[in-house]
Amino acid sequence: MAFLDLTNIRKAFGTADAVTDFNLEVERGEFVSFLGPSGCGKTTTLRMIAGFEQPTSGEIRINGTDVTRKSPNQRNVGMVFQSYALFPNMTVAGNIGFGMKVTRRPKDEIAERVNEMLALIRMPELGDRYPYQLSGGQQQRVALTRALAVKPQVLLLDEPLSALDAKIRVELRGEIRRIQQQLGITTIYVTHDQEEALSLSDRIVVMNAGRIEQIGGPFEIYNYPSTTFVAGFVGTLNQLRCTAEDPAAGKLSFDGQIFSAGSPVTAAKGQPVLAMLRPEELRFGATEGENQLNGVVERVTFLGSIVRMYIRLGASTVTLDALNERRLTLPKVGETQTVSFPAHAVWVLPEA
Amino acid sequence: MKKRASLWGWFWVLLGVVYFLVPLVGTFTFSLEMKRDVLSFASYQAVFADPDFARTFLFSNQMALLTIIGSLALFVPTAYWVHLKVPHLRPVVEFITLMPFVIPAIVLVFGMIKLYKNPVTIGSLTLIQAPTNSVLGTNMLLVAGYIVLAMPYMYRAVDTGLRAMDVRSLTEAAQSLGANWFTIIVRVILPNLRAALLSGALLTFAIVVGELTLANFLDRPAFGPYLWLLGQHRAYEPAALSIISFSLTWAAMGMIFLVSRGRGGQGQVAGAH
Repeated sequence: MAFLDLTNIRKAFGTADAVTDFNLEVERGEFVSFLGPSGCGKTTTLRMIAGFEQPTSGEIRINGTDVTRKSPNQRNVGMVFQSYALFPNMTVAGNIGFGMKVTRRPKDEIAERVNEMLALIRMPELGDRYPYQLSGGQQQRVALTRALAVKPQVLLLDEPLSALDAKIRVELRGEIRRIQQQLGITTIYVTHDQEEALSLSDRIVVMNAGRIEQIGGPFEIYNYPSTTFVAGFVGTLNQLRCTAEDPAAGKLSFDGQIFSAGSPVTAAKGQPVLAMLRPEELRFGATEGENQLNGVVERVTFLGSIVRMYIRLGASTVTLDALNERRLTLPKVGETQTVSFPAHAVWVLPEA
Repeated sequence: MKKRASLWGWFWVLLGVVYFLVPLVGTFTFSLEMKRDVLSFASYQAVFADPDFARTFLFSNQMALLTIIGSLALFVPTAYWVHLKVPHLRPVVEFITLMPFVIPAIVLVFGMIKLYKNPVTIGSLTLIQAPTNSVLGTNMLLVAGYIVLAMPYMYRAVDTGLRAMDVRSLTEAAQSLGANWFTIIVRVILPNLRAALLSGALLTFAIVVGELTLANFLDRPAFGPYLWLLGQHRAYEPAALSIISFSLTWAAMGMIFLVSRGRGGQGQVAGAH
């Protein structure tokens, strides 16, 4: 049996279902992210695990115990909020020690644990500060250790980095993962940022409109999305509206140009299909032995380590990512150019 | 252009100061003129020498304290609950809290007298003797009436204080750390409402100490009726009393400022906007 077990969870607000058919098993020490657009039900699910919302039906078990109807203060679940939610009237040490004080732990034990926690986030000298004297990143570190100080069974993080600026976000992301692995704590992380989910998680649950679209490791989710939604939501994706030219041979026709999808396509000849391609799988210029399509350069965006080009192919525009090099000659807008891609990079879905 | 704008600015500030200070200075100098041809604090001495002053002032202070305790116990949990659980009812609750502005105190006091001049009974069983028949009962009615009169100010102060913090996240954070409702209110919500509660308490105090109608019709020896009586029969003492109460109010305001300043500038006199 898994450590955290969510079975047939459904949550309705009035007549609308916020979450339906949610089933998930999380192993002890695992880091699982809930990823999806706003309103997809990820935060609602997290709040049900925390006990702030009651599921309309279904069961939540932590370490074999049914906690579905338990109040939040009886679940021993740590929570970190987007808004930090530090108690403004208490010092950093007071905040971290709050949970232990509530459960009437001896003073020495609290002091020891607070110091341990401050060392964990490398802020040993800041115990006497008040929250308003700290930066956003520091506040969120304190909030994290406050949740960890009570040794919760599960750690829940609700978009903890959304309120921080980009650089701190990346830094703190690494720190959260380091601490999580160091303590081996089972963690659920809610985010709408795919980069966060991909870089942090052991597994990702992609959600849309209250349902799970796909559960899998970051590599799997990115490279083998099981639905069009996942393919479109995680990472950038080129979608080419093609017609099946020779389905058995995997040949597709796009804007009068023929290319190969590598494997047979399950569609009738002449039927419209969608061919998907990641921008980084496309190459600029003609490459021997690969599919080649001709198009017009529409826009070139320099992103530092990546150069993103937008190439007009017939009725649609594809995105192409090239790694930056100093000897690179950037194409000019309006030029006709060839893009190439290997057949195995293409995956095909019947057009909805 | 800019120069002229700042000149006008100063003009309005000056006008405000004059408007505010002239009556005050006038009252103060008048209060010093009790003895013919010399300026003296004789009127102040007369005020302090009057045993009724101390008696009524003390009585009103006690009532104010009870009112503050009562309204805190009533409005803090109510406002907190409305914020947390039924935010869509906020306009309704706000409307109710504004009722004392619409319904005059005289209506309130006559309603109370009419209702509570009889014993509270269930069938033939008497639960409470008629409250208006005893001093304790009448004092209780007085405090209850004061709580109603102070409601717009106290509720607003608490509400403003709650708006200034993230009530929901703070509550949930405390809950997930194992705290129960009592601990959350006492250890998390109340300390962060300190400045707001203090300003609410001050406003309540000011209302209770100067209130005339309720105390008069319930026939209690309060400060309001005393002030009114004095104003009817004396000339200089009321002026001295005005200055005294004005100083008390400013002392209290100063206290709020000091308390809220210690919180890293996050405090402010709630209800003041």
